[in-house]
Amino acid sequence: MHELSIACSIVETVEENLPTADSRATKVILKIGKMSGVVKDALLFSFDIATQDTRVQGATLEIEELPIIVYCEKCHKNSELGNPPIFRCEHCGELTGNLIQGKEMELVSIEIEDGQTSNS
Amino acid sequence: MDKPRILEVRQGILKKNDQLAENLRGRFQKANVCVIDLVSSPGAGKTEFLEETLRRLNEQGFKVAALVGDLATENDAKRLERSGVPVRQIETHGICHLEAEMIERNLEGWNLEELDFLFIENVGNLVCPSSYDLGEDARAVLHAVTEGEDKPLKYPTIFNSSDIAIITKIDLAEVCEFDREACHENIHAVRPGIPILETSGKKGIGFDEWFAYLKDLKNGIGSRATA
Repeated sequence: MHELSIACSIVETVEENLPTADSRATKVILKIGKMSGVVKDALLFSFDIATQDTRVQGATLEIEELPIIVYCEKCHKNSELGNPPIFRCEHCGELTGNLIQGKEMELVSIEIEDGQTSNS
Repeated sequence: MDKPRILEVRQGILKKNDQLAENLRGRFQKANVCVIDLVSSPGAGKTEFLEETLRRLNEQGFKVAALVGDLATENDAKRLERSGVPVRQIETHGICHLEAEMIERNLEGWNLEELDFLFIENVGNLVCPSSYDLGEDARAVLHAVTEGEDKPLKYPTIFNSSDIAIITKIDLAEVCEFDREACHENIHAVRPGIPILETSGKKGIGFDEWFAYLKDLKNGIGSRATA
């Protein structure tokens, strides 16, 4: 997937959330589902590029990868899916389309360093 | 003294696109136009399929229009114009998928209230379009018999995010030794319950079933699966 485009969106959102013009982000924490279509390594690489000359430059990108989990209506249990993700309950074998986790692309939090405002 | 502190954001990374898409969805619903997003790999037959769709629906008296996304060239739009309906080309200049902002921008000047159906032909790509909501009522994933049977397992996200799967070029099934059962099984393995149609643009096969689906969708029986 075009992780550079995603990385640019992240940088944009982070900058919007920085409280002052002097603030910088030192860490960006994401939750990315394994079925979101985003490749973690590609995103890490793209992040370095996307942050250049921004107030996010040099920030660490921390990605929590969320497993794909489905809920089975038949036996009321959750199953974690592998790769490729076959949407079948691992307990009773029933096909289930009930995805409860796996497509997330969330900016969870940012670590901010407030810059020193100049007094002149 | 610089002191790092944590700011909780808890926001979708594609929030901007999602919001724009929701706005579009509202506009489409208000105008009572049914919007379908067609996705597939390059060469699966989207344009041929869409050309037949537009031509036949137009002949049946429906008011239809199409937005076509491509990295470059206006070739597809020119082809689709042969169907006699309004078609606009969206040249993405290298962007590998369509986004809500592109749809919004390219609708300018069109009176949505006058349309029954709006078709969006996405960029040929089985990966990137999956995450970008365009405000559509349904997403149709096209898959040609020439692509084999494994694609759904290799690209689960796009199949899982679709509302209907359309197997195209069915007239070539025998020549390609297409394993129909395996393909259906693989599609349902990554998207249980999804309706599957088999069509041929060139031979005009499967369009009655496709139009039955579209009419149900327009009448509100079908519903958008949450992506």
